[in-house]
Amino acid sequence: MNPRVIVLRAAGSNCDQETQFAFETAGAKADLVHVNRLLEGSVKLEDYQILAIPGGFTYGDDISAGKVLANQLKYKLQQVLQQFYNDDKLIIGICNGFQVLVKAGLLPVVELTAQQKVTLTDNDSGKFEDRWVHLDVNDGPCVFTQNMPNKVYFPVAHAEGKFVPDSDETLNELVKNKQVVFQYAAPNGGEVKYPMNPNGSVANIAGICDPAGRVLGLMPHPERHIEPSQHPQWTRLGMAEQGDGLILFENAVNYFK
Amino acid sequence: MITRIELAIKPEFNDMAAQHVLSGAKDLDIHSIEKVYAFNITYLLGDIIDDEKKHIAEHLLADKVTQDYSIDESIDRVGAKDHWSVEVTFNRGVTDMVAATALKGIHDLGIDSVTEAKTSRRYDIVGHLSDAEKQIIVEKLLMNKVIEHVLEPNETIFFPIMHDQFEQITVPLLNASDAELQKISKDRDLFLNLEEMKTIRDHYKGLDREPTDIELEMLAQTWSEHCSHKTLTGFVEFNGEVIDNVLKSTIFKATSELNKDWCVSVFEDNAGVIKFDDEYNICFKVETHNHPSAMEPYGGANTGIGGVIRDPMGTGLGAKPVINTDIFCFGPVDMKHSDLPKGVLHPKRVMQGVVSGVRDYGNRMGIPTTNGSIFFDERYLGNPLVYCGNVGIMPVDKCVKTIVPGDYVVVVGGRTGRDGIHGATASSGELHTESEGTWSGAVQIGNPIIEKKLVDTLLDARDKGLYRAITDCGAGGLSSAIGELAETTGAEIDLEKVPLKYHGLTYMEIWISEAQERMVIFCPPEKLQEALDVFESEDVEATVIGRTTNDKKIRLKYNGTVVGELDMHFLHKGLPKTVRKAEWKPEDIKESQFDVPQDAGDILQKILAAPNVCSKEWVIRQYDHEVQGGSVIKPLVGVENDGPGDASITRPRLDSNKAVILSNGLNPNYGLIDPYWMAASSIDEALRNIVAVGGSLEQAAILDNFCWGNTDKPDRLGGLVRAAQACYDMAKVFETPFISGKDSLNNEFQTETGESIAIPPTLLISAIAVMPDAAKAVSMDLKENGNLLYAVGTTYNELGGSHYLQVIGETSPNVPQVDAVKAKAIFKAMASATDAGLVRACHDCSEGGIAVALAEMAFAGGLGAEVSLADVPVTEALRDDVILFSESNSRFIVEVKPENQQAFEKMMADNAFAVIGKVTEGTALLIKNSDGQEMVHKNIADLKESWQQTLRW
Repeated sequence: MNPRVIVLRAAGSNCDQETQFAFETAGAKADLVHVNRLLEGSVKLEDYQILAIPGGFTYGDDISAGKVLANQLKYKLQQVLQQFYNDDKLIIGICNGFQVLVKAGLLPVVELTAQQKVTLTDNDSGKFEDRWVHLDVNDGPCVFTQNMPNKVYFPVAHAEGKFVPDSDETLNELVKNKQVVFQYAAPNGGEVKYPMNPNGSVANIAGICDPAGRVLGLMPHPERHIEPSQHPQWTRLGMAEQGDGLILFENAVNYFK
Repeated sequence: MITRIELAIKPEFNDMAAQHVLSGAKDLDIHSIEKVYAFNITYLLGDIIDDEKKHIAEHLLADKVTQDYSIDESIDRVGAKDHWSVEVTFNRGVTDMVAATALKGIHDLGIDSVTEAKTSRRYDIVGHLSDAEKQIIVEKLLMNKVIEHVLEPNETIFFPIMHDQFEQITVPLLNASDAELQKISKDRDLFLNLEEMKTIRDHYKGLDREPTDIELEMLAQTWSEHCSHKTLTGFVEFNGEVIDNVLKSTIFKATSELNKDWCVSVFEDNAGVIKFDDEYNICFKVETHNHPSAMEPYGGANTGIGGVIRDPMGTGLGAKPVINTDIFCFGPVDMKHSDLPKGVLHPKRVMQGVVSGVRDYGNRMGIPTTNGSIFFDERYLGNPLVYCGNVGIMPVDKCVKTIVPGDYVVVVGGRTGRDGIHGATASSGELHTESEGTWSGAVQIGNPIIEKKLVDTLLDARDKGLYRAITDCGAGGLSSAIGELAETTGAEIDLEKVPLKYHGLTYMEIWISEAQERMVIFCPPEKLQEALDVFESEDVEATVIGRTTNDKKIRLKYNGTVVGELDMHFLHKGLPKTVRKAEWKPEDIKESQFDVPQDAGDILQKILAAPNVCSKEWVIRQYDHEVQGGSVIKPLVGVENDGPGDASITRPRLDSNKAVILSNGLNPNYGLIDPYWMAASSIDEALRNIVAVGGSLEQAAILDNFCWGNTDKPDRLGGLVRAAQACYDMAKVFETPFISGKDSLNNEFQTETGESIAIPPTLLISAIAVMPDAAKAVSMDLKENGNLLYAVGTTYNELGGSHYLQVIGETSPNVPQVDAVKAKAIFKAMASATDAGLVRACHDCSEGGIAVALAEMAFAGGLGAEVSLADVPVTEALRDDVILFSESNSRFIVEVKPENQQAFEKMMADNAFAVIGKVTEGTALLIKNSDGQEMVHKNIADLKESWQQTLRW
């Protein structure tokens, strides 16, 4: 069975259509659904297998990135989200979606009532930046990255992407549980400096998952590297068979096959 | 009860706002600041208990990992040290987006007793500062007085609701003398000339009544230069010959004579529409927002891009915005503050504000900004230019509006406030030293999230067929939108129904306000409720404010009283055509005499570092140029993703390989020598950029945006007429129709001493081409050692306006010309070669000529090149520095694999071309002169560093 994906929109979401396209290319049936539909109950989360929170600037990121949508999830949809997770389903948040997940209490562990443990804050450069980054893909429980090559190339495009844990213990816990899925890397190994780490993230962390590997949040945009022509150097290197990001969406789809 | 919640970054994290003040102060030559602390403050109105305050602070406003908060008390970071504290907040009526979002977030937390919110910023500044320095810091760094002010102790934060007042005002005109008519126009900021005022007076004599204020305002708005383009559509006497409608006899004429079947709708709707594929059309519009950006760079540019996005949204039945472009002209960013004319913001501040404004709006809308350009010249000091463009895509059956009587007039999106009153009329006047104060009403701040919601819901309503017509509220607000859309039917509007941001607006202000993020749709009665439901489902405000009629009159009512009624015919056709004089004679520019430099390497480095040539990466990276996923050729290309791409290529449909190429041409330097050849060069440049990335002119269209000085002055208007004539001549030969355009005249600045500084004649040509297969794209970076390098196109002795002469301080009247017939043949041959896959890299020769093109290709590709000038195609013997740096049009440097040499040369046959060298391994750019002597020998890393360091902010 092809799983159904709910790409959750709110005012200011703007990577919803390419996220839908990525999931559909990977074989899923993906619907764009406004959060108001979940809040009013006309669409049910339980009818879906994968929840994707796409990039964008929900509610303008006016207070801090993703905060208002995170609070809607945390305070108004707490039970349905908890149930969704308990039902062995998958959640992914990309860019603004990652910011939403950490502020809603869906990462680094699914605990919607808990105090926020990590955050994504202003880039060290002090500005929004769009650039491509090399990422190390670490081994671990993450469902989305199984059999992914250990290096991938995705773009980032954000102003608030610096990953910061609230303490060394939190960081150690993430490492110990193999929750650090993506780390900014140098193209050929070696020291990782700006702009390779584009925002100053602690431990070069670009994406994390929950201990079970079913909730993934990342700042880079895998949905912007589905097709080979999206690679910034395809005119030099030739067209690859597919973009580095597609496998991530295929893994999610295959989880339900 | 007012609650005050303060936030501060924890000491272990970077405080960006504080750093901005510190570095900004250094730019202002103030070095005595030791430390800055910045605080964000939210004021809340409503009766809430302490637990609720804490809940709001902890669970909404503060990020507890990085921030501390304090309720009803100030956070003290300074301690005992002597410091200066200043709090800045928005002026009344200015959009406070963060406050609005905070209020929503508070209600989401279930706390409904908070009814209003407002934000401010506080700075604690440690260090000894004089009062004069404090004033400079406040005015030049901490706020812009057009939209903000320093909060005084005990100042009122929240104001009681004002009651709407109604007083109908008529303006006595019937018995007014000429002098009185002129005074009325001036006093009411109508910007109408005497002849126009007399025409209005005579019209009302016929009606035997005095006009009301709202009628006069609507006439002034509709007849304003901004809305009617009366200069270029009127009579112009040029060199003794009277031209009836310059636009119609040049730009429109080329389009109608070319009569391309892929042009769907040109110069009719809010954007020009061309065919994309069997299911979709694309539309393109470029606008300027110059005057507002001069006053408040962030807000001006913000609403500039926000406004132009609404043009495709308001074209046909609405297009989905898919690509943004922006082109700016600023004063020199390294100018000393002491050299600035009074009343002018520093160009660096203008540039930073403009870039941030475009960035924040475009990125939040989720529209990739893929193409642009920046030009610096001292004459843009008082009049920076901000061009913003947007491309939209729409289904082929959604391209036509239908206007019928009896439909509901619905305003959708943002609320109406006092923002932007008189934007349309005031932009027709010159700026002056006091503009900052007198113009505040014309400045607006955008709210991109409201516009994003608007797009999302409008496209949904469009696809469900819930409305018959749509247009945007831009300059002139509802007056312009409804006045134009209902021209053929008439409409009756109840002004009190328009949703307001705050009370206290007069009926006239409601009608002409230019508040952002508003669209008007005409809904058939049977679809109205469904339409309103669509908007409500995503929290978009939509309000019925009237109906279309069949009496061809616009009738305006306020709580039942008719406050204005205008005949549509008089409104749209009554404007008297005036005759303006135009003349043009060439400037007397000397041909300098100087020696050919033996070594041109250092000069090349200087040209690369020149602001108009250097890397704009600092700007480009701040724009999301990849959102929506369709990017094929990005603005930055090459082995390190930082070389200057010639044009962008984007696939607007992810399920198709068909793509859109965007490029631009802008050559103000040439305009000072001859606007005709400036226009021709700009067209050639925009088109050759399309060809450089693998496109063709088969389905390429262009847009014109004239920014000029005061065209009431004959010499300024004469230059414009010449430029327009070039537009006709070039478009005809290239067979590239104009599909949309806009002009912004009166770009002059009056200094304190009364001197009027005009901008250089500036014509932006934007080009759009449909590319059948994006996989044929070519980028400009060198690819492989051993490949051949070709010069394609002829180099002439054309150093006039060149960056070479600018750098060495010389002049020449030899402005680059365009042989359009030859150029077209070259473009066609090049398009065939790229289509056949014979071109490995291609870059056009523009600023800095062959030398800069080669240098950019080399460092973008991380490869060297060895080139000889001896074989570069010329028609007469030229000096080596001319060959190297001449900016002749219609030329490319092309990289071809040796095995493709024959095939490529066969395709280029009959055109000027020659092998001039090859790509080399290693890091040297080596250029030999005609005698075989080294003329340039530079390391590509050094060249790149020169090119990058200028704007590495």
